[in-house]
Amino acid sequence: MVALNQLVLVCLVYVAGLFMVAFIAERAALRGRIGWFLRSPLIYTLSLSIYCTAWTFYGAVGYAARSGLEYLTIYIGPSLVMIGWWWILRRLVRIGRSQRVTSIADLISSRYGKSNLLAFIVTVMAVIGVTPYIALQLQSVVLSLSIFAANGEGGSAAFNPATAALWVAVGLAAFTLLFGTRNLNVNERHHGVVIAIAVEAVVKLIALVAVGIFVVWGLAGGLSETLARIDASAIGTWEVQGSRWATLTFLSAAAFLCLPRMFQVMVVENDDERYLQIASWAFPLYLILISLFVVPIAVVGLDLMPEGSNPDLFVLSLPLSQGQNGLAMLSFMGGFSSATSMVIVATLALSTMVSNHVVMPVWLASRQDGAMQSGDVRYVLILARRLSVLMIIALGYVYYRISGGGGALAAIGTISFGGVAQFLPALMGGIFWRGATRVGALWGLSVGFALWVFSMLLPSFGIDGALSRDTFEQGLLGLAWLRPHALFGIEGLDPTVHAVVWSLSLNTLAFVMASLLSFPTPLERLQGAQFVNVLNHSIPAQGWSASVAGSEDLMIMAQRILGATEAQAFFAREARAQGIDGILPEPTPAFVQMLERQLAGAVGAATAHAMVSQIVGGTSVSVQDLLAVADESAQMLEYSSQLENKSRELSETAAQLRLANEKLTQLSLQKDGFLSQISHELRTPMTSIRSFSEILRDAATLSPEDKTRYASIIHSETIRLTRLLDDLIDLAVLENGQVSLHVAEERLSDILDRAIITSLAGAKIPIEVSRSPDAEDYVLRTDLDRLVQVFINLITNAQKYCVADTPALRISVARAGDQLHIDFVDNGTGIAGDVQAVIFEKFYRITGSEGEGAGLGLAICAEIMARLGGAVQYLPGHGGAGFRVVLSVTSIVAQVEKNDLNLAI
Amino acid sequence: MPEQRLFLERRSYRMRRMMDAIRLLPVLGLCLWLVPVLWPRSADDADAAISTSTALMYIFSIWMGLGLISWVLWLRTRRSVAGQSDQSTVFDTPEPR
Repeated sequence: MVALNQLVLVCLVYVAGLFMVAFIAERAALRGRIGWFLRSPLIYTLSLSIYCTAWTFYGAVGYAARSGLEYLTIYIGPSLVMIGWWWILRRLVRIGRSQRVTSIADLISSRYGKSNLLAFIVTVMAVIGVTPYIALQLQSVVLSLSIFAANGEGGSAAFNPATAALWVAVGLAAFTLLFGTRNLNVNERHHGVVIAIAVEAVVKLIALVAVGIFVVWGLAGGLSETLARIDASAIGTWEVQGSRWATLTFLSAAAFLCLPRMFQVMVVENDDERYLQIASWAFPLYLILISLFVVPIAVVGLDLMPEGSNPDLFVLSLPLSQGQNGLAMLSFMGGFSSATSMVIVATLALSTMVSNHVVMPVWLASRQDGAMQSGDVRYVLILARRLSVLMIIALGYVYYRISGGGGALAAIGTISFGGVAQFLPALMGGIFWRGATRVGALWGLSVGFALWVFSMLLPSFGIDGALSRDTFEQGLLGLAWLRPHALFGIEGLDPTVHAVVWSLSLNTLAFVMASLLSFPTPLERLQGAQFVNVLNHSIPAQGWSASVAGSEDLMIMAQRILGATEAQAFFAREARAQGIDGILPEPTPAFVQMLERQLAGAVGAATAHAMVSQIVGGTSVSVQDLLAVADESAQMLEYSSQLENKSRELSETAAQLRLANEKLTQLSLQKDGFLSQISHELRTPMTSIRSFSEILRDAATLSPEDKTRYASIIHSETIRLTRLLDDLIDLAVLENGQVSLHVAEERLSDILDRAIITSLAGAKIPIEVSRSPDAEDYVLRTDLDRLVQVFINLITNAQKYCVADTPALRISVARAGDQLHIDFVDNGTGIAGDVQAVIFEKFYRITGSEGEGAGLGLAICAEIMARLGGAVQYLPGHGGAGFRVVLSVTSIVAQVEKNDLNLAI
Repeated sequence: MPEQRLFLERRSYRMRRMMDAIRLLPVLGLCLWLVPVLWPRSADDADAAISTSTALMYIFSIWMGLGLISWVLWLRTRRSVAGQSDQSTVFDTPEPR
């Protein structure tokens, strides 16, 4: 017989061995030396066997002994999911990789717009759903220990199941803490754990197959004898209800997808999408082997074991009863492996969810300052993980104690399956249907979860356990349609089928209805499109080899951004630091981080992160990345638009300067032209004065008429000269500001009358002047003589230069705000655009125009108006030449009031 | 959607059909495995009931058969599946906006 202490010692040695394997694998992974073995499809497939827990190892035989072949449904469902990998698993793995998903809660929440509430609900549901499952493992280990204790020297009296369960729970918790929460990994991957569960998968398979071979060939006497024995046994005919067969197959398939630990090994720990296809035939093979000997063991156990012995333990008690202590020990190790690996991975997966979606949000919200170090967060995160592990295992222990540890293993397992299967509608809807919304997922999950709790979890504590007998018989609150095993009055269904069908169908209904009726947020719609169309715009994950090739890709990218010389120098420096000859360093996390920082200097942190992670991690860029990149781009854009503005201002200034320069050049030319003009103007009268005065002096005989004529010519020439000089002096006086104004009041129309009469006096064909007397009804207070001078000048110009056949001048007056506009527009050819700028300059005369004058008139007008506080402007675009006299605010406002007064009188 | 050719070479044609087989295999498995639902139970009719050994052999044969076909399909398609994008199989017609 095997002593209990011996057994415990073997267990401890086994666990220590596992820990060593895990530790070595973890070390190798940290150094980046992941061999083909650590990441082979074999390891991946074996790690999937985490599905086969102590429930499989012990419970399947008990299940078969009680219900015949029904236990097969638990393995048929997952087999179908694996064989159909192309439909669902491939999508999940691709999404998991491209969205850097860390758990099923993370997947569901990020699909529905990174909803924290959803992640929280999924986490809570997962914890509650998996708790019975963990209790199941505790129960199986305790049961198996009790078998040894009962057969050992101490007898069953010395063995207390409650204490044993506590010790097993403590041991498992310690083991999990050591394994899984020593450090943090960005991707939530645990290479050590995966290797350890692969080893355990082999151990449990060998143990079960060994017991099976012993039973078939050792006890039953061969294959045909075994089959005959099966048919002759109590479970010799097919007795599975069709509804249970179909429902349980579906339930196990759903749970296979939704169990947090399955999600962890299948999606999160997946290194290469191709492994999925290998697992699609390898994992069903594993399941065949695991379930092949279950019926023979059950049948032979029923035959050989005494009446009333627990069929859940046939795997162990059968070899023991035959005195096969070695085999029994192996079998115990197999069961122990199944239980430990399940608890470790399940609690790791759950603790990730709890710390990420429950503890961290609360902790971050409680810290208002927000100023925290990264080390700070890491510490909190690790602590949260450890506490979650302890809490989850404690919950399992509590469930074990409350449920009394008496239920059949299979029944407990089905309850767990029913709980996690509630994720299925939200999960499938999320990856196949873009119309699925957060509100829909919330409704579906809540409805399904509530029904599961009421019809499956609470009844599992037994009648008068969590629910009273009255509730079972009369319904909740006395409502007959709320009976846990006959919801909505439909009776006669198997309780499991009843609970699964109702909870999942109403879950799906609520999910679809709420999705149809609600409207998703933009982030939800983006994520929805990314999830549903993940196969269209992501490359398959190709494992570690892609990351090794990454160095070269990183180099190419870095060269583009940093410049070839700098990038090469940086890479060479890092390679030297890593002790590698050549220019390409290994893409270790440290190096990648350094590179990211270098790139961030050039293109911004978010962009650099998105670029690097796309090469290194093979992840697609998430919406948040895009938002950050857009933010950065916006800043750059703003900066560049500022630069653009400045450069535009500069070029505008340059253009103005160029214009001014042109004007100056033109003016200088005009002055030169004018000087020669004025010399000519002065010279002509001078010449005639000189010649006529010489005639008067030298000619002895001149008729008095001639004398008078010559003298009057001399006289008129001197007048012309004087006028020219007057103009020059006038302008000089105005320009120097020495002019004194004689302010007086007069009506505008009178001023215009005077100017027109003066201007047109003596003209051969006077220009036709049109006016609008009503508009001229203003009284002005200003230097009237000067104003008249301006008007005369403008009218005279029109008279002189208008080349129309019937020259006409329109004088119009208009108020424009605080200004009075008096426009003089003729019907001539106007003034060309290029000279409009200089007509008010001194000495300017339009070339080619006829008439006398020295080109001072408009310059004098402009000066006068400036003195009077107004302006005179050229009006382009009025057909002929148009000038506008603007009278300024101060004088006019006063005048208008007076004008109004006059009108009132 | 990029323009797609209507007809393919023989090789690609075979490959497509094998991908079809991969997709349809779980449906076949499901159908075969749901046959037991129709079997008479011992509780209903003790004489007509299927014996457990027959049932075992039926279920495990399907299991092995599916595993075998899956394995063969893997052997034949493993080179192309890895690099294949999903352009050829339009499951997701974009939503009309």
